[in-house]
Amino acid sequence: MKKTWKAIMSFALIAAMAFGLAACGGSGDSGSADSGEQGKVLNIWCWNDEFQSRFNDYYPGVKEVAEDKSTTTLEDGTVVKWTINPNENNNYQDKLDEALLKQADAAPDDKIDIFLVEADYALKYVDSDYTMDVKDLGLTDDDMAQQYQYTKDIVTDSNGAIKGTTWQATPGLFAYRRSIAKDVLGTDDPDAVQEALADWDKFNAVAEKAAAKGYKMLSGYDDAYRAFSNNVSAPWVDGTEVKVDPNIMKWVAQTKEFTDKGYNNKTSLWSDGWAKDQGPDGNVFGFFYSTWGINFTLMGNSLETPEDQGGKAEVGNGIFGDYAVCYGPEPYYWGGTWICGAAGTDNTELVADVMKQLTCNADIMKQITLDTQDYTNNQEAMQAIADDPEFGSDFLGGQNHIALFVEAAKKIDMSNAGPYDQGCNESIQGAFKDYFDGNVDMDGAKANFEKTIKEKYPDIKTVVWPE
Amino acid sequence: MKDIKEKEISYAKYGYLFIAPFFIAFLVFQFIPLIQTIYYSFFEYYRSGLKIIGPNPVGFANYEALFASDFPKYAGNTIIMWLLGFVPQIIVSLILAAWFTDIRLRIKGKQFFKVVIYMPNLIMASAFAMLFFALFSDNGPVNHALVSAGLLEQPFRFLSSVWGTRGLVGLMNFLMWFGNTTILLMAAVMGINPALFEAAELDGCTPRQTFFRITLPMIRPILVYVLITSMIGGLQMFDVPQILTNGKGTPDRTSMTLIMYLNNHLFSKNYGMAGAVSVILFIIAAILCLVVYFTLNSEDDSRKIKKRDRFKPRKEALQNNG
Repeated sequence: MKKTWKAIMSFALIAAMAFGLAACGGSGDSGSADSGEQGKVLNIWCWNDEFQSRFNDYYPGVKEVAEDKSTTTLEDGTVVKWTINPNENNNYQDKLDEALLKQADAAPDDKIDIFLVEADYALKYVDSDYTMDVKDLGLTDDDMAQQYQYTKDIVTDSNGAIKGTTWQATPGLFAYRRSIAKDVLGTDDPDAVQEALADWDKFNAVAEKAAAKGYKMLSGYDDAYRAFSNNVSAPWVDGTEVKVDPNIMKWVAQTKEFTDKGYNNKTSLWSDGWAKDQGPDGNVFGFFYSTWGINFTLMGNSLETPEDQGGKAEVGNGIFGDYAVCYGPEPYYWGGTWICGAAGTDNTELVADVMKQLTCNADIMKQITLDTQDYTNNQEAMQAIADDPEFGSDFLGGQNHIALFVEAAKKIDMSNAGPYDQGCNESIQGAFKDYFDGNVDMDGAKANFEKTIKEKYPDIKTVVWPE
Repeated sequence: MKDIKEKEISYAKYGYLFIAPFFIAFLVFQFIPLIQTIYYSFFEYYRSGLKIIGPNPVGFANYEALFASDFPKYAGNTIIMWLLGFVPQIIVSLILAAWFTDIRLRIKGKQFFKVVIYMPNLIMASAFAMLFFALFSDNGPVNHALVSAGLLEQPFRFLSSVWGTRGLVGLMNFLMWFGNTTILLMAAVMGINPALFEAAELDGCTPRQTFFRITLPMIRPILVYVLITSMIGGLQMFDVPQILTNGKGTPDRTSMTLIMYLNNHLFSKNYGMAGAVSVILFIIAAILCLVVYFTLNSEDDSRKIKKRDRFKPRKEALQNNG
């Protein structure tokens, strides 16, 4: 008995090892696809399901979507494969980099065809050979004529080639609770509230008034961050040096003051407490949010019964209808997603068509806005909706927020965006959270930022703080 | 004569053939990566965006940078969080093992308790950490319960406080491992000759005396084994604090362990620095192993000597009596 057992075990072990070794061989042989031949698999990389749902809902060629949503089949038989990696802590970028570096050796059907990039690091990919010039794909200036100039600027490389295109523009606004505004300011009219919040001094004064009535001006530490960080005077990184902008330090000072005086609830972006503050039990005056955040995140959080539990997005469910938007103290943008064609793709025609349909087709763009209230990247279509007296968002108490977005979008300036933004933004928010919490002093927070940023980007050698 | 010799050689050949897969696998998956890690720790080798920088030889620059960094602080964090889990773990395990094996107590449902206390170990550490993250969040159920029970005025922000975070990490490691340790120690206690306990009882030992004079000395080798495996596990502590603090080691990097620090460098594809950290960790682990190896060996020697010593006075006593 014992002997047989031993024999079986040893064979099993040997088999396992031999298999393990064999598995490491394989793959390898491949070659770039001929430009004429079109592949049957379209690989798309992204970090959430936003583009996926836009694609499934609005791309004309969609035939059927797999039950687990991992693939989408098109009418011509092409299978779209979705690869979704979460964004935080450079995770998506690192995974994407890994795959792109292997792009040349990958089998044609495994090559990435489309990947999405965010404003915070778009330049990193735009300024590389891994993205294709959209004009080489077949998009013309005419196709993109109605797109916002800034959405083209950010994906223009140093040689002037446009390397990506987007279906959305992401101007930011300040979304406030009508009921709280009435209590604090005596009015919930967007123009009057805007007047009261027109600059940071006024904003702080309202915060004090709100606190006196038992409300919090903001939910947490990072809420106002984008409004400061988008109005800096220079990009984050110059050569191997991180230059912290004075405007960032203004955010630090304001947030510390708000925290010490109890004007916020000490939450962090995307935390449970932050989401809860936007709901029926919240006592927060308002939130800085851009286009996608207002109709997607804020709306979802405002409901008493979430939609996936059978609740309806309508007045009466939670505080649906109690929000309104105004411009806030400073113009800013937040987020934004660009579609890039990956160099080496074997689906050039399809990639070009996806871009054309989902970012240049005025009818589709307008429909997306009417259905989802997202703000799309077509100036003419958006202006039409802004001028439409019939249009209003039930969620915002009937306000036509598109009209505000149209104005805010004109002021977007992305000239100081850079490839290091995501790491820098996350690191500075993380390092100064300890400062706001009172765990470290100012110097400690600065030192922690320097450590983190040098770990994230080994090429960063020095950090310069403003006087 | 000649025939026999040839036969022996052919047997050996098959022996080598059978152990070859292990050595090949070891060489490919362990030895070569090990050498490569050491090799690259002397290079500047990282990725900047999509560009690969290096490898450029830089001598000991990575090590200098490493020792100029907060490496000792992270080592301290690791040790503190390990101790926070290990000390209660070993105490509780010893007590439970003593109770479960005590013939006089005759605890019922022993098997059931063994399964229950082992259970937390079956959960993935990361899932466990996620669970605790949700339970102990600022608006989580634990805070809710504490406030409504009147124990706290307002929610305690566990994950924003140094000892709150470290304590949670220690608590999780304790919960995950005390069952495992209890079962090991029970096996050790049950391996003691029952005659010793009987004799002790007849001689009028209190349970406490039995525990400290008989149980504890007899299970010392297993205790040392538990200490060492736990120490090596503690040195590699990663998943629990990583998930609990979202990889940031917050607050103020006081829950950043050595492996999390290593992971930070690996995550940004800084192979040179990551190599240097790994080499230092390798040396620390090697030293620990050597210490253990020699203490275990000398343990045996000392026991031999003690045994001899123990017999001596008895002989003398006999002689005196005689």
